[in-house]
Amino acid sequence: MSGPSELRPEYRQALVELLYQLADDDLTMGHRDSEWLGLAPHIEEDVAFASIAQDEVGHAAIYYRLLEELGEGKADDLAHLRPAGARRNAVLLERPNGTGTYLVEPHFDWAFAVVRHYLYDLFDAVRLEALVQSSYAPLAQVAAKIRREERYHLLHHETWLRRLARGGEEAGRRLEAALRQAWAEAGGLFDLGPQAEAIRAEGLLPATGEELLARWTARAQAAFAAAGLAWPGALPPAPLNGRAGQHSEDLPALLETLSEVYRLEPAAQW
Amino acid sequence: MAMVTVEQVWAALQDVKDPEIPPVSVVEMGMVSRVALDGGKVLVEATPTFVGCPALEIIRKAIVDRVRAEAGVEAVEVRFVFDPPWTTDRITPAGREKLKSFGIAPPPAYNGGLLDLEVAPRCPFCGSADTHLENVFGPTACRSIFYCDACRNPFEAMKPV
Repeated sequence: MSGPSELRPEYRQALVELLYQLADDDLTMGHRDSEWLGLAPHIEEDVAFASIAQDEVGHAAIYYRLLEELGEGKADDLAHLRPAGARRNAVLLERPNGTGTYLVEPHFDWAFAVVRHYLYDLFDAVRLEALVQSSYAPLAQVAAKIRREERYHLLHHETWLRRLARGGEEAGRRLEAALRQAWAEAGGLFDLGPQAEAIRAEGLLPATGEELLARWTARAQAAFAAAGLAWPGALPPAPLNGRAGQHSEDLPALLETLSEVYRLEPAAQW
Repeated sequence: MAMVTVEQVWAALQDVKDPEIPPVSVVEMGMVSRVALDGGKVLVEATPTFVGCPALEIIRKAIVDRVRAEAGVEAVEVRFVFDPPWTTDRITPAGREKLKSFGIAPPPAYNGGLLDLEVAPRCPFCGSADTHLENVFGPTACRSIFYCDACRNPFEAMKPV
């Protein structure tokens, strides 16, 4: 197996781009998950979201470590210090859980949290399934491990989707609104960015965005049918392409909070 | 000076306990995949239980400190690897008994990655099968929360991965 320094420049460039998408997706999602601490509608959901957040951030940490091994810089710096324009996460994942903050008037939307996480967990499952065949062995191995942990996330949010769908009038109303909100931007998950063709051609992620979307759609439709939910239709194109560094005003605010402690003393030993 | 042997290193690793589960060693958890020697330099390859486990660095340091103390060891390197990936099937039979003694139900066989929600584990305190799942997720990445309706104790169970 060739070491990182022996990779062709085109291969390395496509690989790095893909790893940033993976790392930034999980870090952003994990951060939003962590914001439910103390605010979840049920004590067991507070425990669940804390554990899920820990998993997601742990997954991001491994992807940032792969980037560090490829010479991109210190993993902690990549996670904390890169500005919003350099981030490659899908915009759906940077959206806040609701209005307010933990300290000031939090009004978080549980239905949106469930829907967003379900759509993302299913996308991640389909993406990881392809990644275990990656031509870059370290990524294929990490993906195989992460897949085993992600199964629990998908189960959890699929269960909640069904619960809300059968939860009566108010739950149904909130669920419909959350689906409308998430549907508008979920398409952005499947764009594999400006290097999409190279990522596929180099075998790094041996599937196109369209193929991932088709697999995702088949499974999501089955889950919606099982929950008694009407299928909202095809995902529209997302207005902002996070994979190309286009982000909303929500991302700088997220990064400000996420990196605040690290930026106070970047030389600190943790 | 006598050279350290691979067997000695494995024996020393038995003293390195899981920081969250004191009776169980990292060997019994199935975390150690390989020990290699280059003269006095020891390489220990460990496979993480869960990717996001915050105890990994503590475990690394504990392995380094313990193995370093063996006669003939000049340096210790701990490398975390994902091949083979850690699975709950790697927990040894001794490890499973020690989990139970600590109040944690050992995991069922890995059946494709999901807790079998139809079959709740026996209570590690009283042995009853009259238990139910409270939360797939628990206080650590690797454990779920159950409740025993017989002796009325909550208990944790390892999540099969």
